[in-house]
Amino acid sequence: MENIPVIKTERLTKIFPMGKGEFSALKGIDLKLGTGEFAGLIGPSGSGKTTLLNILGSLDSPSDGKALVLGQSIGKLTAKEAAKLRKEKIGFIFQSYNLLQVHTVYENVEFPLLLLNYSANERKKLVMGALEWVGLTDKIKQKPPQLSGGECQRVAIARAMVKTPSIVLADEPTANLDAVNSHNILQTMARMNEELKTTFLFATHDDKVIGYLKRKIYLKDGMIDKDVTN
Amino acid sequence: MKLAFKLAFKNLIGAGLRTWLNVIVLSFSFVIIIAAKGILVGWDRQAKNDMADWEIGGGQYWHRNYDPYDAFSLSDAHAPVPPEFKEEIANGNMVPVLITQGTIYPGGRMQPVLIKGIHPKQNLLKLPTQNLDTTVGAIPAIIGANMARANKLQTGDYLTIRWRDANGTFDAAEICITQIFTTNVPTVDLAQVWIPIENLQSMAMLPNEATVFTFRDGNLIRRGDTGEWKLMTFETLVSEVEEMIKTKSAGQAIFYSILLILALLAIFDTQVLSIFRRQKEIGTYVALGYTRGQVVGLFTIEGAMNAILAAVVGAIYGIPFLMWFAKKGISLGVSSAEYGFAIAETMYPVYSGSLIVGTTILVLMATTIVSYWPSRKIAKMNPTEALRGKIQ
Repeated sequence: MENIPVIKTERLTKIFPMGKGEFSALKGIDLKLGTGEFAGLIGPSGSGKTTLLNILGSLDSPSDGKALVLGQSIGKLTAKEAAKLRKEKIGFIFQSYNLLQVHTVYENVEFPLLLLNYSANERKKLVMGALEWVGLTDKIKQKPPQLSGGECQRVAIARAMVKTPSIVLADEPTANLDAVNSHNILQTMARMNEELKTTFLFATHDDKVIGYLKRKIYLKDGMIDKDVTN
Repeated sequence: MKLAFKLAFKNLIGAGLRTWLNVIVLSFSFVIIIAAKGILVGWDRQAKNDMADWEIGGGQYWHRNYDPYDAFSLSDAHAPVPPEFKEEIANGNMVPVLITQGTIYPGGRMQPVLIKGIHPKQNLLKLPTQNLDTTVGAIPAIIGANMARANKLQTGDYLTIRWRDANGTFDAAEICITQIFTTNVPTVDLAQVWIPIENLQSMAMLPNEATVFTFRDGNLIRRGDTGEWKLMTFETLVSEVEEMIKTKSAGQAIFYSILLILALLAIFDTQVLSIFRRQKEIGTYVALGYTRGQVVGLFTIEGAMNAILAAVVGAIYGIPFLMWFAKKGISLGVSSAEYGFAIAETMYPVYSGSLIVGTTILVLMATTIVSYWPSRKIAKMNPTEALRGKIQ
């Protein structure tokens, strides 16, 4: 494991208004993640793992403290800068896949490259490469409604990986999958982490995922309870 | 931008039936607006052409006392032909018309008329004045079909005509109807009798005098008013028709605005529903690197593209329909006599480039506005909640 921190948080706090009061989802999180880590935020619902993932993905901003992603302070980014960071450096994998339903598998995977203005030839090469990684080259013309859950999640992985991001944030990626598909997906991601040195950060409470993690960060009531590295 | 258009098109087509329903309703608006406006353009063109052909040519000179709406002005609205017009008259580029008040007695009834004197050999106006160049046992006269119908007159009929000469003395003579002509221009037809100008000048004791000069083209406009003669340009003379068409146009706009509003309402509704149902997709766009502003733009383009698709769909069935309509025309069920304006019984629509481009821009702009309106909500959305599909 390398020591260059791609993610660093200091006393990271997130408070949500709730009715007349407020709710602290994160209470002073201090965390460092290096390049090529395969780590997970583990905890029950409401422990703050998705909130932390959203802040690190520049989809949300901290209420207090610092969150540095690839050296950029999330709280200080403009909407445009945050979008640029997501577009260029971060890949997302969601529990419910979040694929564009009217687009084919190929187009879904191609989408991040279109945003990055890759040429048609480069796009084709990279998309086919990503689909080969996830074993879906025979489904390029199909649309998400024609695919199984496992296939959809593999498309989502290919979409997250096609631009070779520095960080992949995966929020409960196996929650909607059976055991066989979950293991396939996790093996694919572990392989990508090994070969491409991409940093993976999961939010999960699934034992199958936890089994694959090299670093387990346990969250409880918005605070880090335990941080275990294999 | 190119990507947004590509994406919007894909999303729009992907929405299936919902899109096609909107597009079909909007395409109706396109075709109906063009067809309805085409009728007005056709009417405008036909009215101006008919007026030019039958009455006003390229413009007129009026005696300064002449008021077509005041028959009593006629006794003072005449003067000798000015020397500067003589050459134009001799070349056939100008036609003098003398107008006086008179009365005819068809079937023993009394009917006030305008007696209009015109040269039988003129070919500037479509009036069949060659039928005045004939020898019958009375003064030859031509009248319009509406005048003939109203007074139950036929070709070959003889009737008495009475007038007052320049000294105010009443006199009477016989006229013979040598031709009944059909025209869409009521101002040369209703309550008018056309006779040779020499006869009228002699009858009214106004030798070589005229009330109005009609000229062939715009060359004489350069002269402006001259002596007792006031220049009436073509544009001035057709301004009443234009006003009338403008009034009709405003009435018509209410009709097709309702249709357009219905189509726009359907698009507005679809946009609202889209934003409500596609929150996850909106969140995904943001996660993949779009700003919320760009997503607003994407949804606006998507909505506005309904208008582009509607233009294409409208063209598929609209072009053959509009071409057939332009060929067949539409009967308005009124005659020019009832209307008081130059209006053909069958109106042939004319579709100009500006009409088609203007309509397209109008519909596109209206669609873009109603698409943008609900899309603004996206800018206020929390992307993390949108990603989970949580209704906001």
